Amino acid sequence: MTRDRTPALLVAVLAAVAIGGLALPQWALFILTIACAQGLVVLGLMLLLKAGLVSFGQALYYCIGAYTAGSLARAFGLGDIFVQMLAGAAVAALVALVLGFLLARYRGIFFGLLSLALSMILYGLIVKSEALGSTDGFNLLPSMLFGIRPSGAWVRYAVAVAAASAALGSAFLVHRFLKTPLGRLGPAIKDNEIRVEYMGASVRYAIHVNYVIAATLAGAGGALAATTVGHIDPEMAYWTTSGEFVFIAILSGTGSVVAPFLGALIFGAIHTIAYDLSPNTWQMSMGAALLAAIVFLPDGLWSLFARRKAA
Amino acid sequence: MAAIIDARGLNKSFGAVTAAEGVTAAIEKDSIVGLIGTNGAGKTTFINMITGYLKPDSGSIRYEGRDITALAPRQIARLGICRSFQIPQLYSSLSVVENMRMALGIMLHNAGRGGFFSFAPAGVPGHDAPAEEVAERILERFGLAEYRDKNAQVLPGGVRKLLDIALTMAAKPRVLLLDEPTSGISAEEKFGIMELIMQAVRAEGTTVIFVEHDMEVVSRFAERVLAFYDGRIIADAPPEGALRDPEVRRYVVGGELRRMDAEGAGARA
Amino acid sequence: MDQIGPVFVDGVIYSAWLFIAAVGLTLVYGVMKILNVTHGSFYALGAYAGASLTGAWLARGLPPMLSYAVLAGGALLVTLVFAPAIERGLLRFMYAKDEVVILLVTYALFLVLEDTIKLIWGVNPYFVAEPYALLGSFEVGGLRYPTYNLILVGLALFLAAGLAWILRGTRVGKLLSAVIHDPEMSRALGVNVDRFYLVTFTLGSLLAALGGSFTAPTVSVVPGLGVDVIVLSFAVVVIGGLGSLPGAALGAVIVGLVRSVSVHYMPQLELFVIYFVMAMVLAFRPRGLFSLAEPRRI
Repeated sequence: MTRDRTPALLVAVLAAVAIGGLALPQWALFILTIACAQGLVVLGLMLLLKAGLVSFGQALYYCIGAYTAGSLARAFGLGDIFVQMLAGAAVAALVALVLGFLLARYRGIFFGLLSLALSMILYGLIVKSEALGSTDGFNLLPSMLFGIRPSGAWVRYAVAVAAASAALGSAFLVHRFLKTPLGRLGPAIKDNEIRVEYMGASVRYAIHVNYVIAATLAGAGGALAATTVGHIDPEMAYWTTSGEFVFIAILSGTGSVVAPFLGALIFGAIHTIAYDLSPNTWQMSMGAALLAAIVFLPDGLWSLFARRKAA
Repeated sequence: MAAIIDARGLNKSFGAVTAAEGVTAAIEKDSIVGLIGTNGAGKTTFINMITGYLKPDSGSIRYEGRDITALAPRQIARLGICRSFQIPQLYSSLSVVENMRMALGIMLHNAGRGGFFSFAPAGVPGHDAPAEEVAERILERFGLAEYRDKNAQVLPGGVRKLLDIALTMAAKPRVLLLDEPTSGISAEEKFGIMELIMQAVRAEGTTVIFVEHDMEVVSRFAERVLAFYDGRIIADAPPEGALRDPEVRRYVVGGELRRMDAEGAGARA
Repeated sequence: MDQIGPVFVDGVIYSAWLFIAAVGLTLVYGVMKILNVTHGSFYALGAYAGASLTGAWLARGLPPMLSYAVLAGGALLVTLVFAPAIERGLLRFMYAKDEVVILLVTYALFLVLEDTIKLIWGVNPYFVAEPYALLGSFEVGGLRYPTYNLILVGLALFLAAGLAWILRGTRVGKLLSAVIHDPEMSRALGVNVDRFYLVTFTLGSLLAALGGSFTAPTVSVVPGLGVDVIVLSFAVVVIGGLGSLPGAALGAVIVGLVRSVSVHYMPQLELFVIYFVMAMVLAFRPRGLFSLAEPRRI
């Protein structure tokens, strides 16, 4: 049996960020941190993709994480980045625990549509909520780490390293999960749910668990994004945000827990570069890239779409 | 002898269609029972009710004395009643060995072994060795080792059937329900495959109920035959007797098994 | 209680708009089993084409009363330029793939079209209000309503009647119903399903474009116009039942009235209610309130 290289890879990436980050300019550190945040959401999406489900509503939990972090900061002055991430993750997990009872019964396009509807419900609520700043949202102070607020020049570096630790640590946990019997059920569910049930395992339970994990990751990602950008708004729950996550997920594929972060990083880099070069064509490039991935990159796509439409 | 499965007065209708009418049968432990009947006669309905896929309109099914009539397929499978499928149900994107490992993985999952906090490879319940090892063993036993790395979708029909049955048997069921185990398999291969299955079954002490259309397979391997027609059991006897029964001849077999009369005695194992 | 009148009128107008915006989406889903995200792009394309052509028309001093025809013509033109090219050039190679994959393909196309619009029409807003202002306003229960809104209602009714007639009264329409029910069987019986897909996609996109173009005189046409429309259309279509045209009408009426009630009595819930109803329908009657009857399998 081949040795599991992933833990070593994760440590190596973390080391690279910690050391390499010292030399990176501020904007690069920013992209890196956002990639960690988005990567967390996509990591969760990946779990669902492995089970054959595409969620068009992860923005729900991303937004919940962000607004949890923001509200804690605003109401209690809680600015520690790890606390914010944990809080965001916890609230998201709770909501997913409840909603999962409903969603775990759906498949295919209906799963996608219901997840979409739920995220748009949150959007609708926040957009009209004065208390939460409606369409303007509100700002957050820069983060603290274990009680210390890093000085100006060091903030981005500190946040990037913290983000990478959280992200890669989560990736490690997910990796371990994927090696458990429950974690391995994804492809079986995608291929043949009936067989899984007839062998005595509950498909609904497995999907529910994956859904909650995905939400937890998205909540953490949202909190991280909130504190990095320093601003949150309802757009974080909008369907286009979910679309972006799905986009990155397709690009990244489901081959490894590192893939979502790599995908998010590439996405962020292309976005920034393409936007700088030509603000009116970056979406077009993205669209073209997605099409190319769907048509030519069966890698990540293959595991999701191996099942053909029944004639 | 104790009945491991005791079906009493099962009735099931779909609108105007009677799929089961007063179906009563006590299946003895370790017996091998063949279900015969034309399409729509009620054999598959019977199996579907035992496995929990269908709930009878009335009547009950007891498993080792316990009422399982209202249970879900998943629960019934966990109690030890497993079925194979007429159209093989495989994990289409996985290879043969991966299919087997997945089945064993599900058993680990059901038994709560090998979870997040365990660090040594867990033993599969009933086999007590890690999944990778057990998978190879089972593939060997079913003659599937040569197809080990082939994707499930490219397998020939007979091999798919065999894999489907092997997956079902990996769970070491107490009661094994086989839905047309030799359908779609060429005449030369049928007996070979049934032999393989029966060998594995005898080693484990499993009760077997199988649906079959091929009367030669039935007379060769079944100890007892239940003949269905129009939702009712019209005969319940050892194969020899059942296949000679005039009602069975008329409604199931067709008048023509003259060969059976001559070879019947010698053909049975 | 005194609000009932305005609530009703607002509801009807909004429902009409929703129906026009969403009916093409349900048509395409019904026939092709595709949830088409480019639907929103065609709405935007129609708005831009309608606004820019009407603007040019009026700038040349041509008769303002004909600007409505220009709006329609603009929508038709832009559809004919883009829809067949998309269907024949890309979409038809994807039909064998999973529903969700095709949705992602249309999403990718949507991204491409968003920027295509910017490249063609630039990023500055288009504001062509004449067709709207021309008709003045009328009074109901003490409140003034722009007469233009009646055009929207009229258009919705016209489209509903037209589509119903096509589907039930014409040979082409009946064949279309057959394809909706069972494409395989239709193909086996000699129907040129590929050609139907082309026609359906074009027709569905045209309906979206008409929605956009006739809405253009009432808003400032800016990039991103289609983004809200897509998700609203999804809601309408899901509520009524994916693939059902009467469903689209019912969904539009429900969403229109629910929103109108909300706007008048609980404005904070305006957006929330729409998606809440969508989620409720998905939770309790996922196939929608007017689901496509499952053909009886013999």
